[in-house]
Amino acid sequence: MKFAAALPSQRQAVAQVAGVLVLIAAAVVFPLVFTNPTVTNFAVITLIFVCVASAWNLFSGFSGYLSLGHAVFYGTGAYFLVVAAKDWNVSGVAVFWLLPLAGLVAAIVAVPLGLIALRVRRHTFVVITIAFFFIAQLAASNLKVTGGSSGLLPPVPNFAPATFNDPFYYLALVMAVLTVAVAWQVRRSRFGLQLRAIRDDEDRAAGLGVRTMPVKLAALVLSAFITGMAGGLWVFFIGEAFPQFVFDPLFDLAVVFMAFFGGLGTLAGPVLGALVLEPAQLYLNLQGGNGYESEILFGALFLVVILFLPRGVIPTGGEYLRAYRARLDRSKEDSSESEMAADSAGTSVKGGVS
Amino acid sequence: MANQIAQAIAAGILGGGVYALMAAGLTLIFGVLDIINVAQGIFVVLGAYLSYVLSVHLHIDLFVGLLITVPSMFIIGIVIYWLFIRPLRGAERTSMTLLACFAVALIIEGILYREFGSNYVSLKAWYTTKSVHVFGFYLPVIYVLGFALAVVAIGLIYLMLYRTKFGRAVRATMQNPTAARLVGIDVNRVAALTFGVGTAVTAIGGMVFGAISGGFTPNSGYDLISRLLAIVILAGMGSIGGALVAAVFMTTAEAVVDIWQPTWSVAVFYLAMVIILTVRPQGIFGRAGVRAQ
Repeated sequence: MKFAAALPSQRQAVAQVAGVLVLIAAAVVFPLVFTNPTVTNFAVITLIFVCVASAWNLFSGFSGYLSLGHAVFYGTGAYFLVVAAKDWNVSGVAVFWLLPLAGLVAAIVAVPLGLIALRVRRHTFVVITIAFFFIAQLAASNLKVTGGSSGLLPPVPNFAPATFNDPFYYLALVMAVLTVAVAWQVRRSRFGLQLRAIRDDEDRAAGLGVRTMPVKLAALVLSAFITGMAGGLWVFFIGEAFPQFVFDPLFDLAVVFMAFFGGLGTLAGPVLGALVLEPAQLYLNLQGGNGYESEILFGALFLVVILFLPRGVIPTGGEYLRAYRARLDRSKEDSSESEMAADSAGTSVKGGVS
Repeated sequence: MANQIAQAIAAGILGGGVYALMAAGLTLIFGVLDIINVAQGIFVVLGAYLSYVLSVHLHIDLFVGLLITVPSMFIIGIVIYWLFIRPLRGAERTSMTLLACFAVALIIEGILYREFGSNYVSLKAWYTTKSVHVFGFYLPVIYVLGFALAVVAIGLIYLMLYRTKFGRAVRATMQNPTAARLVGIDVNRVAALTFGVGTAVTAIGGMVFGAISGGFTPNSGYDLISRLLAIVILAGMGSIGGALVAAVFMTTAEAVVDIWQPTWSVAVFYLAMVIILTVRPQGIFGRAGVRAQ
């Protein structure tokens, strides 16, 4: 029974592929239908968060090492892009070519951080990632290269005002699709299996021959690479870099929440979480001027999800769906099996008596 | 110069007392419940605001006000534990409880912003502005009083842990919750009360913090929790004595570095933590297998 569930039937696989294609097609035509800049602005930021949440999940969801410090990689990518564009006099569309470099720099930063933090597990790991975050924030507010608390401005591209958001949108869409594709490939690879073995029982995984440190570090570096690129795109899009926004503790929590909301360790979970939560957050900020209302609401919603949907929408929804299907199957077979069931019940009672 | 350093060391040690108290609460909660209460920072700020309300609106002295704020924070802690922490079970409990605490912190921060805005406030009384001349140092009276208060509170925690039946139950639960349950300890009750005690100390911590820091806003919780986490990690999670030593060491080091490098002095906390962790991942006083990892 369990085996059958793990291998979806051919029809289900076809339906899944079709669903993904429809979703991508809808995303491609989205800015042609909704031309309102506020809407496309939300869409760009949401797609960036699809990237980040999936990248976070690729490391934390698969390995079980909960990182609350991904803002370090996001901010590193963002600041690298701004500083590099300024120092090397890059402007316009050419800035987009700096994105892979921004990812690379974030990935390089991830190596020493990973070597230190991945030696400890559970709580201590989480706390160390939080500490890294605060170090990064402190550095960004005080270093000369980041402009300190007065911030930096990335170059403004000379796109036509009416379709200004579109290049960002399509680039973010490509990055989001690629990120999910990478996560999918990782999940079905030997590497992904090793990661999940580490999540379930690291000592046993090590005993079975998984070289845990390189595996964990590789996942973190890959995740940091994507997060750094997303950070670079984000800062180029919003057009300003201040330490308190580039290194924002709420960013970490928001990303974690997206993954938890959809379903930790699943592929679709972080995507769903980002698609639902980020527009909601942006909309709330637009509506209620004061940040604290959305903060209270965000915290309350998070608590509700943790308490009532602890495994996320997609796994819990999947369970309901399976239970529903099983009930349907049972009611179909009920008439034919009722005699057999009664028979076996009778036998067991007899067996109990004797 | 030498006098300046000595002065910084004295201020660091005295200021460390209150961090030691807050960190002791954090590490006590960790030891018994196996959760990281990342809301501890905002609890301290909440405690400070409670004292602020009592002193500004009801003109109650800060120290007398503790008679109200400590029980209030104790009850708030137990309610939060009962509503949001206790229901979380299962394999993902570690991360879930941490995130639940984070969410609680966000809600409290939002409420504080709503009530008090984002302007800096500070706690004032005659002893927050006066200094005393002890052994050739000029020390603000509140540092001395705050340190004395922290020492008394830590002493009470130790008495509770080592001289009462409840304390014995707490220590048993820290060592092995399953065995504690088997010998008849109501682990849920111990956990709830421990969370309450760990939270109640933030009322004292908040009052002293609000009086010795130049001012605080609802946003101060982040700075506090990052320092407290650095302290308990450096000490080794679950070690109360270690937290006391680490807190005093950290604040003293910060105060000394502050003489030359005011902007980077906070980094001392994190640098010390990172260096220790590369050498000794379980912290200075931590035992490798405090909890099966």
